[in-house]
This record gives sequence, C-alpha cells and structure tokens, in this order.
Amino acid sequence: MPGERARAWLLTGLGLVLLALAGASLGIGYVAIPLHRIPGALLGPPGSAEALILQELRLPRTLLGMAVGGTLGIAGAGLQGLLRNPLAEPGVLGISNSAALGAVLTLYTGVAAVAPLALPASAMAGALLALLVLYGLAGREANVQTLILAGVAISSLAGALISVALNLAPSPHATTEILFWLLGSLADRGMDHVAWGLPLMGLGTLLLLSTGRALDALSMGEETARSLGFHLGSLRFRVIVGATLGVGAGVAVSGSIGFVGLVVPHILRPLVGYQPARLLPASALGGAILLLLADLGLRLAADRVDLKLGVVTALVGAPFFLHLVLKTRRMTV
Amino acid sequence: MSSGSLHRTLEARRLTLRLGGVAVVEGADLALAPGEVSALLGPNGAGKSTLLRGLAGLQAPWEGQVLLGDRPLADLPGRQRAREIGYLPQAATVHWPLVVERVVALGRIPHLGPWQRPGAEDAYAVDRALAATGVEGLRHRAVTELSGGERARVLLARVLAGEPSYLLADEPVAGLDPYHQVHFMELVREYAARGRTVALVMHDLNLAARFCDRLFLMDEGRLVAEGGAREVLDPGHLARVFGIRALYGESEGEPYVVPWGRA
Repeated sequence: MPGERARAWLLTGLGLVLLALAGASLGIGYVAIPLHRIPGALLGPPGSAEALILQELRLPRTLLGMAVGGTLGIAGAGLQGLLRNPLAEPGVLGISNSAALGAVLTLYTGVAAVAPLALPASAMAGALLALLVLYGLAGREANVQTLILAGVAISSLAGALISVALNLAPSPHATTEILFWLLGSLADRGMDHVAWGLPLMGLGTLLLLSTGRALDALSMGEETARSLGFHLGSLRFRVIVGATLGVGAGVAVSGSIGFVGLVVPHILRPLVGYQPARLLPASALGGAILLLLADLGLRLAADRVDLKLGVVTALVGAPFFLHLVLKTRRMTV
Repeated sequence: MSSGSLHRTLEARRLTLRLGGVAVVEGADLALAPGEVSALLGPNGAGKSTLLRGLAGLQAPWEGQVLLGDRPLADLPGRQRAREIGYLPQAATVHWPLVVERVVALGRIPHLGPWQRPGAEDAYAVDRALAATGVEGLRHRAVTELSGGERARVLLARVLAGEPSYLLADEPVAGLDPYHQVHFMELVREYAARGRTVALVMHDLNLAARFCDRLFLMDEGRLVAEGGAREVLDPGHLARVFGIRALYGESEGEPYVVPWGRA
C-alpha cells in the first residue's frame, strides 16, 4: 500500500533529522567540537578535554534530551488516542504536576542539596502517587470524562501545593531554586541521571508502543474496540502507567517541560493519516527532535541570555498552537 | 478460518442482563440460526440493544448464558470472540478523520497477531468488503466527510472485512433514506445467504417484515413473540406492545403493515 511506504519514509526522515541534531548537540556548545573528532572523543579514554566535555556533559545532555522529548511526545500521542481528544497531554492527568511537586518538596526541605538522588526519586514517587490517586478516584472501569475530571483535580491540587511551597519557602534562595527548577533544564545532568532515567522512560515508551492497535480500534468508540477483542481496562492501564513512568522520569530529570506532548502529536497527526498507532512512534521521534532543537537553541543563545528549556518550548509551542487553532477553525467554518 | 464455525447457532438461554442494578432483559430464550437474518423489534426501552450487546458478549449475563454452539460465549478469549462475532454499534462515530480504507482495515484486527502486520489476505478481505458494500470509490476519502448513507456502508464494510460468522447490528438503517435502507438490507441478506448469521435491532416494521426471516418482539425486557412477520406483527401484538393499530396488506407474497393510529 502507498500508505505503508509513506509511513516508512516519514519515520526514516524523522530518524535522520534526529541523528543530525544529536550530532549537532554533541558538537555545539561553549567549546565547539568538529564532527569528525566526536566518535574518537566519545569512545576514547577520558583523558583529553574534549573527551571529558563529551562524555561528562554533552552525551548525557543529548541522551536525556532525546529521551525526555521522545517520552513526552509519545505520552501525548497515547493520551490523545486514549481520551480521543487532541487537547490531552501528559499534564491533563496530573502526572507532570505531581512529579514536579515531589521534586519541589525535596528542594523546599533542603533534602535535595544533601542527597542528590532524593529529588528524582521523590519526583518519581509523586508521579506514582498521582497514579494511585487517579485510579482511586476514577476507578478501574472509569469513562473518559471521569478520568479527565480526576486528572484535573489532581493536577490542580499538586499545582496548589507547589504554590504553597513557593509561598512558604525558607529563603529567597530556596524560592529561586524551586522556580528555576520548575522552568525545566537539561544542563549539568550526568550519566547517573541517564542510568536510572533511561530505563524508566524506555519502559514507559514500550508500554505506550504496545497500545497502538487498541488505540486504532478505539478511534471507532469504546463499544467497537471491545467488540474487536480489546479489554479497555488493560488498554487504559498500559497508556496511563506508560505515561506515568515515562513522564514522571522525564520531569524528575529535567523539570516541567510543557507543550512538547501537546504540540508534537498535533503536527504529526495529518502526516500519519490520523491513525493513532502510526502516531506513536512518529511522536516519539518528533518529541526528541523538538526538545533537542530547543536545547540547542538556548545553548546557542547562552552567552547573551540564560533561558530555561521549559521557557523555550513554551515560547515555540504556544504561538504554534495558536496557528493550529486558527487553521482548524478555518477548516471547520 | 476454523471450519464448522459457520453452522453453529448463537443462543441466549434464560438470559437476564442488568444495567445499573435494573434488569433490562429478563429470562430471554432465543436462538439465531445460520443463514437467517433476524430482527429484534420492540418499543423504545424494551431492551433490544441490551439483548444484542449480550449476544455480542459485550454485556456480561446476570443470570443465564449466551452459547456459541455448545460453548458459553463468556469462556471465549476476546480475540477469538471478535473473529466470530462482528458488532456494529448504534450511531457509530469515528473520532479521527481516517480514510475509508483504514477504517475498513480495522475490521481485520482480530485476525492479526499482536505485532503482526496486515498481509495479502487481509488486503483481499478489505477489498472484498469495499466491493460488497459498493464503496470502493470512496477508498481514499476521509470517513468524516461522507454522507450518512456512505458512512453506514463503510461501517458495514468494516464489520464485513473481519468476515465474522455472526453479524450483529444495532439500528443500522436508522437515519438512512429509503434507497439506502433497502440497499443495506439487501447487503446483509447477501451476507446471510453465505451461511452467516445476521441479527439487527430495528424500528421499521416493514423492512423487518420484508427482509428478515425471523422476527423477535420484545416488550419491557421480555421476549413476547417469535416467528414470521404474519405471526409477530398481528394486530394483537401491535396493540399490546406498540400501542398502535395498523393497516395490513400484501405485495409479491410478502406482508406489509402501515401504522395507522394509536390503539
């Protein structure tokens, strides 16, 4: 079928763009490293300055950028498919805010300064707690409305508690620290972040990828999906747990990064013929591309202005989203 | 396809189905025979749709059971049930502007392994379903842009692509113009003629009388009559169940009824 070939080209194209961006992300920075010296410095002994920069700074930053962006993209695509709503994104079920709350608590109490791994662990705990509360509130056989309502409630509560932490922060320094963390960043992350973050994000991505065909069936409604042999409870579980693991780990590593999970599936949906299953892998690649691009952009601007990653994605994402809204309106009028 | 699956009955035995604690279907006994088109008739709220969902395995029995051949339907794994029974819900919606070909290909899902891609046989089945329902020309159109009649045929093609032995459809002709109603009924008759079993929830007594082999009449959750159009649509039943009186006639050896007033 011609559709199959177009799909292969799209994924190949996205993959090549991602590869090029990964190369740029390794090479570009305060110290520029020419492309041909990257493999040697990456794989060689950690003696030279270039090897040190690449292995300790740029490699983890690039890997985490790809993983966090990819996870946000596929989680957005999965949730939009599950809720059959193009406005769904990882924030809608309260996952992002709850993970952020977990991280903020360690900054607020100062635990993060003493035990560096306490922050990501607490963020992950926040995400998983939100998952339990979501299931407790909405039940195992919840309909879409109940899920969204419960998610919005959790998200608002976590957001309110973050405000409380900011409000009661013990010192202006702590307030600044929390604020900056909330804006999201990939700077100064090491290979230890990669070591525990990547498996969680990988697991989440695999769970989400496994739901493709069920999400396709769900595009015809819940009754049709059930009549085609799918168990809705199991589908819901895989999407929500996959998104929680992936996005929770993503937030734990990089802070809150908005708009990737919302915008990326939106851009790619027409290119995959609106098919939820094909949107999943494409959104993973697209999310990785968008986040690497944003991170590269702020690194290039770093000597003039110090922007945080979440700020850049929102700055790029929001106008783009407005454009999409206008385009959709023109199409339906 | 497993041989022999074409000649089994789909049967409800003393089937009681509850929705939100209320018995919507009570003690229903019925058997759908291979090669026949059956109609489930009755006023709004009689339990027709719920009974159909019970027969499709989408609503668990509160009491009694649904049997596929000699096996309880509830014992069948979801995928196997989906290969045997195709279900077309009432007022089916498509949430994304998928092209027709993709929508019809969804009907092949029960025949695919978890990570298996559709093969040549699946492509043939999709082509056959598109041809049988006369929507080949719409293959590359977005399903959200189609007229009601076109969409109804595409959604039927989606079910037919799975080549189920049992086709259960909930008010498939409601909202279609007369031409498309008749066309739809002819399509399901052709499908039944190949040894398949078809059951439709319907409101149009004449389409049921003209195109269905067996009529089941429901009232307040109970089956009150079963048989051909002459027995099931007699004046007594119409007055008691629907609260109407009707004019009767016959054309080409088939009976018809015209609702004429309230009883």
